Amino acid sequence: MDIYLLEAVINGVLFGGVLALLALGLNLIFGVIDVVWIAYADLVMCGMYVIYWLHVEFGWPLPLACALALVAVAGLGVLVHVLIIAPILGSPPINQLLATGGLLFFLQSFATLLFGTEFRNLGIRLPIIELADIYISTARLLAFAMALAGAVALYFFLRRTFIGTAIRAIAQDRDIVGLMGIDQRRIYIVTSAIGGALAGLAACLLALQYDVHPFIGNTFGPLIFIICVLGGLGDMIGGFAAAFIMAQIISIGGYYSSTELSYVFAFVFFIVLMFVRPRGVLVR
Amino acid sequence: MLSLAAVSAGYGTFRALFDVSLEVPQGEAVGVIGPNGAGKTTLMRVISGLVPLRGGAMTFEGRAVGGLPAHRMVEQGIAHVPENRRLFPRLTVEDNLRIGAFIPQARAHFAEQLDRVYALFPRLKDRREQFAGTLSGGEQQMCAIGRALMSRPRLLLMDEPSAGLAPLVVEQVFELVRRIRADGLTVLIVEQNVQQVLDVVDRAYLLEVGSIKLAGTSAELKGNDFIRKSYMGL
Repeated sequence: MDIYLLEAVINGVLFGGVLALLALGLNLIFGVIDVVWIAYADLVMCGMYVIYWLHVEFGWPLPLACALALVAVAGLGVLVHVLIIAPILGSPPINQLLATGGLLFFLQSFATLLFGTEFRNLGIRLPIIELADIYISTARLLAFAMALAGAVALYFFLRRTFIGTAIRAIAQDRDIVGLMGIDQRRIYIVTSAIGGALAGLAACLLALQYDVHPFIGNTFGPLIFIICVLGGLGDMIGGFAAAFIMAQIISIGGYYSSTELSYVFAFVFFIVLMFVRPRGVLVR
Repeated sequence: MLSLAAVSAGYGTFRALFDVSLEVPQGEAVGVIGPNGAGKTTLMRVISGLVPLRGGAMTFEGRAVGGLPAHRMVEQGIAHVPENRRLFPRLTVEDNLRIGAFIPQARAHFAEQLDRVYALFPRLKDRREQFAGTLSGGEQQMCAIGRALMSRPRLLLMDEPSAGLAPLVVEQVFELVRRIRADGLTVLIVEQNVQQVLDVVDRAYLLEVGSIKLAGTSAELKGNDFIRKSYMGL
């Protein structure tokens, strides 16, 4: 096998990790609250700005800045739910879609107003590892490992805790959970906080690889959204798998042509699959 | 223990219950019988807080509980086994039971209560890792009752526990009700299976078109001509 192709495959796997993490967050929120957060990737952008300001402008150590960004975005997730989603929970889905779509423009415009459109970076360059002629970026490796750790932590939280079990239950029968002493509103808030925290974690991992600007969310938002649809909206395992499939298409496609064209391949693949497997790749 | 005074309730402009008054004394088993659409399920849902009270008053162990939402009713000590069981089909049996122990005072006793439920339903222990959706009808009913018991209730509401089950399994379900009672739990049970439920309960109410038509001990109701003719086919 061509060594550059192998490098592309490895990079695809590493890229897939962060996408999978974001797909988990979006699917979790959809599965439990039954709302699609169109502005999900823009929460990541907010987190990246928090890290940038704390680390570069205020001189906080990076781990501390990242920890605070994670907490801040989790809080932002709760705010999104309480201020925007909760009042329109009973509205038609299209209204909810428009509301979270409006949030996307709000966050992007607000960031532009506050920070301008310039690209900012942390000024940190993690070393590149060379392994038998294959070059791997430490930042990507770290991002992949942390994303996987986040996914595993989420898995155990959902499997082993009472609240996690309640979150899985509410996604199956939301009308009856009250009889088990579960307050739906509380579960929705916890779910929104977790969804936010996953976006915050992704912000930490992406801040090491990408410059921050108000529209960075557009780089990932549509991609995460089609990954979730591809995996079957609300299907966390399907979304997780679809993230790696899409990342491979983009990475290998980029190797054979160009990065821009590889996104075209990815979206064409998505459209074709929507005809072949409209309910998700893993649905039997 | 539980007392309803002139309770009315409904959905939208539809009124399902009219001035229903009912008493469930501590340690007894009380039945509510009646035809389809009489409001039996609505009555259960009002007691467990799923359907709001429109009028009247409800007290439980002397506390006014009318108007509390469902999740607060469980904390009061009332557990509801809903119509059609409503298990979480893609959760394992044990996860369904875990959910039953969600409230803080039940969580603290989770392991101990789980052992008790497994002792009561050994079949559930054998199938603990299986998805609840793959259980047979009788096993699902056991799991639904077990789930309700996990919250360590003092009053158990059972809505049509025999519905959709084979006659032999129905027999087992009523046997279970007897055992649960023997453990000192107070039970309010709604059933269409009049003959069998009257063998289990101490007292019963007849609910027709949203109102209580008759009330009495099970012996009295079994001897009542109207009940015998209309509900027991005798």
